[in-house]
Amino acid sequence: MIQKFDVIEKEALENLEKEQKSDIPQIYVGCATCGNATGAQSVVQTITDKLEKENIKAEIKEVGCIGMCFAEVLLDVIKPGQPRISYHGVTPETAEEIVDSYLVKDDHRPDLALGYFGEGGPADVERIDTGDVFKNQQRVILKNCGIIDPENINEYIAHGGYKGLAEALEMKQEDIISVLKDSGLRGRGGAGFPAGRKWESCLKPQADQKYVICNADEGDPGAFMDRSVLEGDPHSVIEGMTIAGYTIGSSKGYFYVRAEYPLAIKRLRKAIAQAKEKNLLGDDILGTGFNFDLEIFQGAGAFVCGESTALVMSIEGNRGWPKPLPRPRTTEEGLWGKPTLLNNVKTFSVVPQVLSKGADWFKSIGTEGSPGTAVFALTGKINRSGLIEVPMGIELKKIIYEIGGGILDDKKFKAVQTGGPSGGCLPEDKLHLAVDFDTLVKAGSMMGSGGMVVIDESTCMVDVARYFLDFTFEESCGQCVPCRQGTQQMLEILNDICEGRGREGDIEYLLEMGDSIIKGSICGLGQTAPNPVLSTIQYFRDEYEAHIKDHACPALVCKNLIVFHIDEEKCTACGRCRKACPVEAISGEKKVPHTIDQNKCTKCGICFQECPERFSAVVRLTGKENLAAAASGKEG
Amino acid sequence: MMLKITINGLDIEVEKGITVFEAAEQAGIYIPPLCHHPDLPTFGGCRICMVDADGKIVTACRAPVKDGMIVKTDTEEVRKVRLTNVELILASHNKDCQGCSRNNSCRLQEVSAFVGINQDRMRKIRRSVEAVKPDDSNPFFHRDFTRCILCGICIRTCEEINGVAAIDFAFRGFHTRVSVLGDKPLKDSKCESCGECLVRCPTGALYLAKPALVEREVESVCTYCGVGCGVKIGVRGDRVIKVDGNRDNPVNRGDLCVKGRFGFDFINHPERLKKPKIKKDGIFVEATWDEALDFIADKMHDIKAKHGADALGAISSARCSNEENYLFQKIFRALGTNNVDHCARL
Amino acid sequence: MTNSIDDIADEAKAFFIIGSNTTETHPVIGYRIRRAVKNGAKLIVADPRRIKIAEKADVFLQLKPGTNAALLQGMARVIIDEELYDAEFIKNRTEGFEEYAEKIRAIDLNEMADITGVPAEKITQAARIYAGSDPAAILYTMGITQHTSGTDNVLALAGLATLTGNMGKRGGGVNPLRGQNNVQGACDMGALPNVFPGYQPVSSPEANQKFSEAYGAKIPDKPGMPMTKMFKAALEDKIKGVYIMGENPVVSEPDICKIKDALEKLELVVVQDLFFTETADYADVVLPAASFAEKDGTFVNTERRIQRGRKAINPPGEARSDFEILCKLGLKLGLKGFEFKKPGEVMQEVAELSPKWKGITYERLEEGGICWPCPDENHPGTPILYEEKFLTGSGKAQFKPVDYKPPAETPDQDYPFILTTGRSLYHYHTGTMTRRSDGLSDLYNVEKALISKEDAERMGLNENDKVRLTSRRGEVEAEVKPVSDLKEGIVFMTFHFAETCANQLTNSELDPVANIPELKVCAINLEKV
Repeated sequence: MIQKFDVIEKEALENLEKEQKSDIPQIYVGCATCGNATGAQSVVQTITDKLEKENIKAEIKEVGCIGMCFAEVLLDVIKPGQPRISYHGVTPETAEEIVDSYLVKDDHRPDLALGYFGEGGPADVERIDTGDVFKNQQRVILKNCGIIDPENINEYIAHGGYKGLAEALEMKQEDIISVLKDSGLRGRGGAGFPAGRKWESCLKPQADQKYVICNADEGDPGAFMDRSVLEGDPHSVIEGMTIAGYTIGSSKGYFYVRAEYPLAIKRLRKAIAQAKEKNLLGDDILGTGFNFDLEIFQGAGAFVCGESTALVMSIEGNRGWPKPLPRPRTTEEGLWGKPTLLNNVKTFSVVPQVLSKGADWFKSIGTEGSPGTAVFALTGKINRSGLIEVPMGIELKKIIYEIGGGILDDKKFKAVQTGGPSGGCLPEDKLHLAVDFDTLVKAGSMMGSGGMVVIDESTCMVDVARYFLDFTFEESCGQCVPCRQGTQQMLEILNDICEGRGREGDIEYLLEMGDSIIKGSICGLGQTAPNPVLSTIQYFRDEYEAHIKDHACPALVCKNLIVFHIDEEKCTACGRCRKACPVEAISGEKKVPHTIDQNKCTKCGICFQECPERFSAVVRLTGKENLAAAASGKEG
Repeated sequence: MMLKITINGLDIEVEKGITVFEAAEQAGIYIPPLCHHPDLPTFGGCRICMVDADGKIVTACRAPVKDGMIVKTDTEEVRKVRLTNVELILASHNKDCQGCSRNNSCRLQEVSAFVGINQDRMRKIRRSVEAVKPDDSNPFFHRDFTRCILCGICIRTCEEINGVAAIDFAFRGFHTRVSVLGDKPLKDSKCESCGECLVRCPTGALYLAKPALVEREVESVCTYCGVGCGVKIGVRGDRVIKVDGNRDNPVNRGDLCVKGRFGFDFINHPERLKKPKIKKDGIFVEATWDEALDFIADKMHDIKAKHGADALGAISSARCSNEENYLFQKIFRALGTNNVDHCARL
Repeated sequence: MTNSIDDIADEAKAFFIIGSNTTETHPVIGYRIRRAVKNGAKLIVADPRRIKIAEKADVFLQLKPGTNAALLQGMARVIIDEELYDAEFIKNRTEGFEEYAEKIRAIDLNEMADITGVPAEKITQAARIYAGSDPAAILYTMGITQHTSGTDNVLALAGLATLTGNMGKRGGGVNPLRGQNNVQGACDMGALPNVFPGYQPVSSPEANQKFSEAYGAKIPDKPGMPMTKMFKAALEDKIKGVYIMGENPVVSEPDICKIKDALEKLELVVVQDLFFTETADYADVVLPAASFAEKDGTFVNTERRIQRGRKAINPPGEARSDFEILCKLGLKLGLKGFEFKKPGEVMQEVAELSPKWKGITYERLEEGGICWPCPDENHPGTPILYEEKFLTGSGKAQFKPVDYKPPAETPDQDYPFILTTGRSLYHYHTGTMTRRSDGLSDLYNVEKALISKEDAERMGLNENDKVRLTSRRGEVEAEVKPVSDLKEGIVFMTFHFAETCANQLTNSELDPVANIPELKVCAINLEKV
């Protein structure tokens, strides 16, 4: 190990010891964007004020996201000699209570606690790290997120950080690449290209300058894996990029971060400055003579700029348009025409561990074809949404029912969507499938960058397809015909289907057009844009047919295809729906069952929500007959 | 270096470095182009020229030939992709072909016919044309956004041919359109109105403000500056209604500037002099040619007789032909004076 | 031009554009240069105004009007000091280098920087680019020639090109871009007071005899008067009659008040034109001529390429081509040799009398034009001059050192601004043709005198404010437009607009050799109206 690093490591540990004063309680508040959005900052403020005012000795730390988004705001307390207790749904008021009861006194407040980590916790509180949420997870990329203070480099070093860099700097460049190749690490951006091969193809060309780019232009709706890593563990990405710089012979790296991630940018800036201060970045890193500098480039939020060539164009100051094939590889002619290594946040983030723990360790996780872990942003109609990291090869079922805790409100599972707007929807009979790069593609979906949306019976699959297509339609760059015109045309047809104007032959035409768009488009955006439509047709064709032939939306979602109706038998004439109706479409008196004037009804659904569950008198009807009855003026 | 490739079963030898499109062209095989223009770098956005090269679907305009390459230009797959693409373009394209200046000379029509657009299939498409007002700010040519196929030829022309780069793609996705900095009218941009974009537009998106379909063309030389660009004068009836650059002319190879291309109104201008005039008592009176020339000849003889030939001054013209300049100096030198000059110094 | 458009556009590694607003006055050559620069050629631009092509320049030298020679001498000094010249070319193909170098070494670069207002570093940078790029082409227009020092300026440019071996070579040369479609041809045809067709001097006994015989008259062996002197002579009663063909001196000549006086005095003024021009007002006879589209004939472009113009339509009414009018007039005057049926027959006579054009026939011109000299019918033409020898006694280029001379008129207390004039992309000369185009007028129809933003601010002038511009010779009212393209103290106007005629103000002082007026520099005053 480079001697200089030993000194830095020792110093970091000493400083940390001094800073942390482990003889007093430690308070952690999850302050990633997710935490802040639910009020973490006011919790931090309240506690800080309280500690100062009442002269209570404790350390408070803002940490990243531990992944349990369903439980935000999360506040963890470690009292000396005690395990870490996690409190959920914390408000400024309950935060004060926790301080009063647990810090000042010794009541650990099982009523507010989510659970504890490690061993020896109180019996009336659940252990979390062996519970449903974590037992199926394996945290490699996220290992520090929510655990360490992302703004303190000493903590990162204390958790084994920069060891990978120190080791790499003593290795031959080819050797680093063979470790990566042996490990089987595949890029975490979605396509899963072998990282070792990419690095190698960037090492080969001779050039006066090469670049390393970290693609942090995370744009899938519902995906926030990269953001969480940058917010919770920025040094891991910096370390990975520095190793990449050393390996391919580059002295300059760029973070391409979308401007919508201000906290990630702030944390990165701070981390870069700290790393430079410690001589882990900048000139003559650790006295080895290797120079590497990092710059943050803020993207303006175009989804297509996540595509490597569009991203490069964007940094160069051009319109962010992908370059059509055939074109030189980015690894040979990338940014400013120089060899450029471009990887995703998570790829860079895991590299230091691969180097310090070895290829075999990495291979021991996951499957043979897809070693390592996968990070997912688990959202949708699920009990425990959040950020999870699982070994590759895990069954979808496990993720949804064990980690995610099953479907919200005990509804019936319908589909799971992975891969964002490029991915597809898988039905219940595919839940036994293993999560890895290749299996998902075979089933008509893809890993993508890691969004996973759970869909229940109350969701219309045509509407889901329309939602994702609307996204790609808006985000199409406009350069090539199939994507620019094709997404619009498919969207028009889906709109028609959802609004009762579907025609015989639309499904076949969508399939045919989708195929041509995939074959004809310039970049990945267009080449995958039809996937949500194609996969929903593949697995839920009956829903499409019901929309087209019977003007029926089986999930009772598509407004134009449903009517609201009050069941005379069930209506108790309580008048709630009548009072709530914003357009005065409901008439009726005391003791007289209410009716809806279909000519006035705007289908806002408020009556449906207002009708107490014990009556359930307001119902939704769909299908040609019901629609026709309503249209003919007959009371619906 | 020569490479051997096969296109549709024909063995062809081609130069290394050319594209599949160029190779096919050399072999006389038609590949439908839309965004491709021989004067310009390739774009690859229309996806119409797609062919099967060694089993992969690629854009012929960009794919370089490789030794041993097997190209198929008319497989089932190729036909489908091309057909869908053209259908998609037509989905948001103005339907009125008869009212279009490029009716019958439109690349989109040509390609549509080639890929086999038919009404049965078109009925499946949701056709709608976005209502964007045409840019008619420029006095010579306008832009009809409903006929634009976003091939980018005008943009590349402005950048590569003229070097002005006044226009570019603006907005995004389906709302993409060609515009100038700040989405202003073209007239308020740095556009130099050379019309090179108009000439290369494959559809009727860019069209002449005054329609000009000519009956015949006459090759000549531009009458303005000293560059001497070759022009084709377009005539209808007894009027000049159009001027085009002559692509065969070695000087300009078809390029023209705003004056050369559009500044021909003066030829048929109502203020043109149509009769000789002699000033009598301070007023110009129409005269016959004989009267006018006799008057001049008499006066010149008179001056020469009274004051000598050097009392005459002859100002010739840098706008007249060589023959005319020659005759002009010949007249005065034959009269006995070297007082001959023209506006070379201005 | 010593070279052709093609060879410089395709092969020059650097362009030195001086006194030429190329993209506006020669747009199609402008395209070619912009393309070449895009493909990597270097570009030096020298002009008092930050013209459009300056945007693409590697070095832009914003010199004071009328200081070209100082700038060029400065560049020569750098080239000689740093030994950037082409020693082999100088040894083999030139004469007088030592004297030239000695004279140049006596020049103080800093003094040249002071005179021109261009920092010495920039002059140095320009010299290094020009001399360091092989080949490098010089392009210039009236910004070089319309000065009392015009001839010196051209000699200084020739000096630079000779010094760096850029003569007689593809991609190099000294290239004046000619401003009018047949200004080259008019010169070639002897529409000049000192030479017969083909530049045969009137003073040469052989040439004089040849033409006198051919024309059946005794032609004087003394050069005649240039146009610039004719009007002065008219005021002195030495000229009594003027025949003006396709020319509008009342707008285009410098110091117009004097021109008008002269025209009024003449006994005979004939104006032959397409329109009733401002000059036609002063005519005794106005003859309706045909436009280029209404006649056959040949034209010579800036690269000496002779090309065919062809008749597309008939002239309107009784208008006739100049060819027809002149033939008829010749006969009316009782002169011999005017019995031509068509212009092609005139070309035969030109070829017979002019050795440089001997190989030219209409048939050969069908194939795209020929660059003269073309001494016989099998000669392909000569796109590049001086490839083997120069037109001197020894066949070698002669270095001719020049001295910087300030313009005839410089700013003073009464007239503190310098006015310099030029053209716009949208108009041509006095606008007889272009101002009759609705479209061109739509794009540009009101003269705006351009002034620097600094001057505008100092004088409280805003865009479209009306000002009176006065010089020792006249005055004009025009709207102003403050621009950042001009340095303080400089005013720019075009000469396209008769109603705001810049030539009311310009100076008619001449270059002593070329008799070209100093249209590019005169002292004026400016006041808000």
